[in-house]
Amino acid sequence: MIRASDVSFTYGDKKINPPAVKNITIAFEPGQFYGIIGPNGCGKSTLLDLLCGHSEPDQGMVSYNGRALSAWGKKELARNIALVPQSVFLNFPYTAREVVTMGRYPHLPRFAAPATEDMEIVDSVLANCRAENLAGRYMTELSGGEKQRVVFARSLAQNTPVLLLDEPCANLDVRYALLLMDIAAERVRSDNRSVVAVMHDINLAARYCDHLVFMNHGMIRASGPTARVLDRDVLHEIFGVDAKLSMESAIGARQVVFLR
Amino acid sequence: MTAGSHTINNRQPFLQSLRHRSLWPQLAVLSALLLGSMAGAAGMGYIEVGYGGVVRIVLSAVFGGQEIAADIEPAARAVILEVRMPRILTAVAVGGSLAVAGAVFQGILLNPLADPYTLGVSSGAAFGASLALLLNITMLGVFSVPLFAFAGAVITLGVVMYLASSAGGFSSNNLILSGIIVAAILSAGISFFKYMADERVSVLIFWLMGSLAARTWADAAFTGAVMVIGTAVCFFFARDLNLMSLGTRSAASLGVDVRKLSPLLLVCASLMAAICVSISGIIGFVGLLIPHLVRSVSGPDNSRLIPLSMLTGGILLLAADTLTRSVLPEELPIGVLTALIGGPFFCYIFRKRQMSRMVPGGGQ
Repeated sequence: MIRASDVSFTYGDKKINPPAVKNITIAFEPGQFYGIIGPNGCGKSTLLDLLCGHSEPDQGMVSYNGRALSAWGKKELARNIALVPQSVFLNFPYTAREVVTMGRYPHLPRFAAPATEDMEIVDSVLANCRAENLAGRYMTELSGGEKQRVVFARSLAQNTPVLLLDEPCANLDVRYALLLMDIAAERVRSDNRSVVAVMHDINLAARYCDHLVFMNHGMIRASGPTARVLDRDVLHEIFGVDAKLSMESAIGARQVVFLR
Repeated sequence: MTAGSHTINNRQPFLQSLRHRSLWPQLAVLSALLLGSMAGAAGMGYIEVGYGGVVRIVLSAVFGGQEIAADIEPAARAVILEVRMPRILTAVAVGGSLAVAGAVFQGILLNPLADPYTLGVSSGAAFGASLALLLNITMLGVFSVPLFAFAGAVITLGVVMYLASSAGGFSSNNLILSGIIVAAILSAGISFFKYMADERVSVLIFWLMGSLAARTWADAAFTGAVMVIGTAVCFFFARDLNLMSLGTRSAASLGVDVRKLSPLLLVCASLMAAICVSISGIIGFVGLLIPHLVRSVSGPDNSRLIPLSMLTGGILLLAADTLTRSVLPEELPIGVLTALIGGPFFCYIFRKRQMSRMVPGGGQ
């Protein structure tokens, strides 16, 4: 379980810049799919950085399984928490398979080559993400959505109890967006992992997330089970947009239509 | 390879397939090539000695048995052991160090066009050396110029890193920009020194253009040690460098301590480059060209790239130096030669990158 206790973080000079994340206290339990929703620049990605230990909070503490993130070894933490960043930028001609294999590095001694078992994991996540046809291609030649699938597959190969996703579906067509969400949800259900995903598509979040966290100005405005927390008032408060919610029986989830 | 990987690998199917082959045969072939070219280069020049002669002279020197090379005239022996071998070993060590430093800079800065010179390290070294030469500083004996060069490089690196640093560590663009700014100021300073130097300008210029002439065994030992230790450090972190090519956030989430590792490797690569410049003057483009060449043949994996770049860098700088020393009618400063070969190559890479960006989904 990842727990953030009264966490604040400011970029650069604290006297000039407002905090990107302010006094956040929240716990992410295993077996739950969390969605983080909020307007651009509200501190969602910063929160993910804090949760994976990439940034250290100015105030408060983030802990994983009861131990402060700073007390974990970097590699040890990488076997427990994986992050899929928002943008993927690769300037060197690695093949997609090589990138997915990098997800196994935290599990390998420094100079050890990946074992057969590692390569089987790589093959199976490539197949899960329907990216076998990309395996031999250079990352520098892939489109944004193809790269995103490969990087998602890389995080699956890392095989961690916690998966942090920063807008995982931003560049994906609807078919792959659903596929990736299905894979993440399956890992939550059957392996009791936790997934924390920053989402822009509220309908996708409403459909997949057990728990929604609404953020604005670096603070949590509402947090709770999706069925309870997602309503027109919170959407109006966060985005200043009127919305109509209705139960969509075909997928068994509430969906949102934005009015204005 | 699937149909999608269309650009390079169809053109060079054999070379491209090397990236999926074992590393050891490639290392063995390059090592053999390196030893062969060292023996060949030792025999070339005003006094010609065949391969066999060179090998026998070296064996007799190493194992002490004078009789192995008894039939070779003492002058040839002296020239090879005291003049050519130190120069050859220095060329190999400088070429290897510059290539490894280039590979590491490119890996950390995520920029295939970075090399030791992008960070102003060479200009700093050149500035320090010019200062020592101009002010005729001899208090440290023969080491005055190299020490000033080294100090100049280290101070420049410090200034560049200070300029580029922010709360979140170093950004690639900031480092390159700072390097260019500092290098521009330093070259203005060097121009001023040249203007002031009057009759001593020729010493200064020859040094600024790079030269491996008249290197001693001390130089060879020093650069050799730097190459071996520096390469070992970089190789130790090769896998982390691979992860860093995914970007700092991904690398950190895969267990790399980016905030410690990237300054560590930057300092290591800069020191390698600085020491090379302090011994041989400015030899440009080796650090840019060699990692590119190796990457296009053997893939971007740093655990292959670093050792292969070291050997290839050694071979190519030795070849270039031997060309200026014994093939060209007039000895050309080695830095001029590498720039003449490397410059157009740089343009070619740059153009190819621009072209690949025009392909949908190509580049970034």
